[in-house]
Amino acid sequence: MIVVVDYGVGNLASISNMLRRIGATAAVSSDPAIIVRADKVILPGVGAFDHAMRKLRERSLLAAIEKRVLRDGVPLLGLCLGAQLLTMESEEGTERGLGWVDAITVRFDPSKAAEKLAIPHMGWSDVKEVRTHPLLATEESEPRFYFAHSYHIRCNDPGLTIGTATHGYEFDAAIASGNVAGVQFHPEKSHVFGMRLLRNFSEMASVPHSAVSA
Amino acid sequence: MKRIRVIPVLLLKSGDLVKTVRFENPTYIGDPINAVRIFNDKRVDELILLDIGANRGGERSEARLLSEIASEAFMPVAFGGGINNLGQVERILKLGVEKVVINSAAAEDPELITAIARQFGSQSVVISIDVRRRRFGSYRVYTNNGTKATGRDPVEHARRVANAGAGEILITSISHEGVGRGYDLKLIRTVADAVNVPVIANGGASSVADFAAAVTAGHASAVAASSMFVFHGKHRAVLISFPDETLLKRELYSISN
Repeated sequence: MIVVVDYGVGNLASISNMLRRIGATAAVSSDPAIIVRADKVILPGVGAFDHAMRKLRERSLLAAIEKRVLRDGVPLLGLCLGAQLLTMESEEGTERGLGWVDAITVRFDPSKAAEKLAIPHMGWSDVKEVRTHPLLATEESEPRFYFAHSYHIRCNDPGLTIGTATHGYEFDAAIASGNVAGVQFHPEKSHVFGMRLLRNFSEMASVPHSAVSA
Repeated sequence: MKRIRVIPVLLLKSGDLVKTVRFENPTYIGDPINAVRIFNDKRVDELILLDIGANRGGERSEARLLSEIASEAFMPVAFGGGINNLGQVERILKLGVEKVVINSAAAEDPELITAIARQFGSQSVVISIDVRRRRFGSYRVYTNNGTKATGRDPVEHARRVANAGAGEILITSISHEGVGRGYDLKLIRTVADAVNVPVIANGGASSVADFAAAVTAGHASAVAASSMFVFHGKHRAVLISFPDETLLKRELYSISN
């Protein structure tokens, strides 16, 4: 069963709508007892970094996720802010991130773009697979996804980037480190492209986690 | 290639899909759920739903409709119409809608925008600005479906809502709306140049060439339209359509490079 972690942050209805559409067995839950039995964990997230980190630490949710993901090696997928939380820190806040991926989260830098850069980056962008990964497997020739963010992930270890997108400049749109992965976009709002990605995730096997700082 | 968002705007009145001309004479188009399904099959970028009914069917029937729409729409959905408090925003976003569209309340209470942005993120709040052009060419902001004059200049208003935390701005020319003679490019450009958040052009499009003009001459980040997606031919027969990707790539996505 895929458990979508309900910590009061993120568009849970959209995620469960799409999981239902692809026929995955899923539950939206804030119950640590359910999270520790998950086969897969989805960490959603919308809004501010610090608020989300604090919410996650409440109600022993984080301890349950750590047990299942870091100890048992169950696959975890972070969505949008949920992906940024996997990094060490964010320019958006002062709270420490989870640090499960050797990366940081930075604000879009307009000085790196040739043209005027509208922030947030809002809309559909093509995602280029820079490292073959089962999460990004697709038959579509130009997979595109919906983005809505002002901050983006920057991997310290370039080997952790599996997909990139461009808004003013190329940035890390999909990252993976062992059983932990994150995407900056919203697969749950990305038509057949997102359905395929979530189906890929639902078929991933558990592997030991190689955490960098956990 | 930059995929410029092309967004159908669907108007709702008492649970029906309708279409207006210059904000007046709403004509019945059909069932909104059916329309959303068709747009979903056509893989449209995003949908904006605006309830223009002065006398809405009540929050419960609205919630049922939105929840059904959200379960059929695998693209972002924004909803607006009479939203004026944080509790209402929370209820709407919980139904699976990504964004709320605020219009009249943003003119009266910019702090509401800040509160929404703080709690749900600025990407969840679209500020809709309806503008009428006065004699001698100056522009003024109207609220309450174009019925109430605020006396405000759209550029100042756009700056104010962007500073308050708006994630994007939907700018609609009331006199161009439903007429199909292109956007008010001057209006769109002055607003888009004044803010850093994405500006969505609305009101008057009838072709992909109009979309392209909104981006090149209007400096818009995204384009919205209504009539051209729900009417067909000069007799305005109801037919839901959306330009195909080849055409968009050739005439729209290519221009920003």
